[in-house]
Amino acid sequence: MAEERITDIGPPHYEQFLPPIVKKNYGKWDYHEILKPGVMVHVGESGDKLFTVRCGSPRLLAITTIRKFADLADKYCDGYLRFTSRNNVEFLLTDESKIDPLIAEVEEYGFPVGGMGNGISNIVHTQGWVHCHSSASDASGVVKAVMDELMPHFQSMDLPAKLRVAYACCLNMCGAVHCSDIAILGVHTRAPVIEHENLPKMCEIPTLVASCPTGAIRPATVDGVNSVEIVEEQCMYCGNCYTVCPAVKINNAQTDGISIWVGGKVSNSRVAPKFSKLAIPFIPNNPPRWPETVEAVLNIVNVYAENARKHERMGEWIDRIGWPKFFELTGIEFTKYHIDDFKHAGETYTRTAQLRH
Amino acid sequence: MIPVPARFPLFKDLTQAGWDLGGSGSNMRTPSCCVGPARCEWAMYDTLDACYNITQNFQDELHRPFFPYKWKFKFAGCPNDCVASIARSDCSVMGTWRDEIQVNQAAVLEYAKTVDIETEICDRCPTRCIEWDGKSLEIDDPNCVKCMHCINVMPKALKPGKDRGATILIGGKAPIIGGALLCSVFVPFLEMDPESDYEDLKELTEAIWDLWGEHGKLRERVGEFIQRVGLSNFLEEIGLDPVPEMVMAPRSNPYIFFDDEIFETDGE
Repeated sequence: MAEERITDIGPPHYEQFLPPIVKKNYGKWDYHEILKPGVMVHVGESGDKLFTVRCGSPRLLAITTIRKFADLADKYCDGYLRFTSRNNVEFLLTDESKIDPLIAEVEEYGFPVGGMGNGISNIVHTQGWVHCHSSASDASGVVKAVMDELMPHFQSMDLPAKLRVAYACCLNMCGAVHCSDIAILGVHTRAPVIEHENLPKMCEIPTLVASCPTGAIRPATVDGVNSVEIVEEQCMYCGNCYTVCPAVKINNAQTDGISIWVGGKVSNSRVAPKFSKLAIPFIPNNPPRWPETVEAVLNIVNVYAENARKHERMGEWIDRIGWPKFFELTGIEFTKYHIDDFKHAGETYTRTAQLRH
Repeated sequence: MIPVPARFPLFKDLTQAGWDLGGSGSNMRTPSCCVGPARCEWAMYDTLDACYNITQNFQDELHRPFFPYKWKFKFAGCPNDCVASIARSDCSVMGTWRDEIQVNQAAVLEYAKTVDIETEICDRCPTRCIEWDGKSLEIDDPNCVKCMHCINVMPKALKPGKDRGATILIGGKAPIIGGALLCSVFVPFLEMDPESDYEDLKELTEAIWDLWGEHGKLRERVGEFIQRVGLSNFLEEIGLDPVPEMVMAPRSNPYIFFDDEIFETDGE
């Protein structure tokens, strides 16, 4: 059977998936315009117009949903659609008259149209309790609960600037939430519990010891078994050890929870890219609707919307008004946990593309 | 979840249909790019072509995990960075330009009906290099840092320049293990002509992989490696000259490791 499996062929060439209008105007687009929330047009130097309808979709899609999207693309878009880096689905149309019927059908199917311009796009998120070993909280469930409340900002463009919300269920941050306007992050708060009887069977001890960034893990003989011990005061609950050794359990249903971070951005527009900074260190998990997390996010969005100037992202607004004012306006308590105690070298490297050429 | 007996038949069906497997573990992860020239007027180079070329060129590195840890390439067509390359990749190839922003003054006047150019454009420019007298827009281009803000707000009136290429930034990652890092500037400007087959980028990449592959610790991303050995040592080993664009500021501490050569004369 092995000889039937081909390898090292790479992905199929992208060109075969491009709509004819894209092939014709490839690299020759003149400008674009947002016509209304969720709808934009790209105009080629040729005068050709390509319309895009953007819909929010969950990151985890059933194959029935994918088939439905494909059917809609067949019906309205000659079979062409794409997914954005924030997991929105975009329908690509050449016939302007088909935009509104497509929107009507998409919305009837239960998917919102929007996520463009000065509003909230889809929440990028990780796997959470669906199938991740190290998650400190759910992903899809929290995202659904938060996004249900943020939906008016997805379907309109009523904010001062773009507002990117992202979700990651542990410090690995597969969702790269560390540069988002608002980041919701699952956190562990206790050192891992070691399953000594399983450890020697499942893990390489030297690799496990080396995996700890703070050197808190040491080889130890426990009840005659070759295992490890953890200096709990040195543990910062990053979970790196759990990724290399499943017998070092970082998950804890009682003590895991959620933290909220604000003010990050990726683009170079106006100010350099920024990390998100800690706003709320800990909110207990509260499934299925996480009301405290939803309320915390909504509060930050509302205060930002009321106070920021046009084109000012969350981080730019906070930089202008200062962090004390941010905590005052949002009513969020500033604690000892907000003060960084992790060494970070290299602060003088240029971490931006803002250069004079 | 895939039942175990279904795995090899699935691998066979997928690959025979033209879809390869790979890109996980301590190897080159599947590179990604923005929509680029397919549907964007701001693609400063062909992100799709570059991404595909690099992916195909490094198939061995994509399939066989022999690096210290993962390596991610992301190709962004402009400094708006829609693929979050500066935050999410070990090597960010970010489109930029070196000459003047193209200005259509008639279209600027049209925007002036709905956009407050003084406050929304001039005041928001990070280097204050734009002036507006109510009739025409004047840009002091040598002072422009290519942030894209003015172009983003007035896409019909302003376009990036014509001398295009990319800034290469390296070392970005999320927090695990040594803390999150944004990429930092490695090559301020590199031409990205598809005709070149991206040879310069490939050469740089191979030089980094050789060095990091030999000296990197287990699960140490290249950004952490650079911080451990020092950017200046890293550059010396790679064979790149230091340039001021690489740092926000020169060092402020006096603890300099001097080489012996500073005492060597030029033979007089």
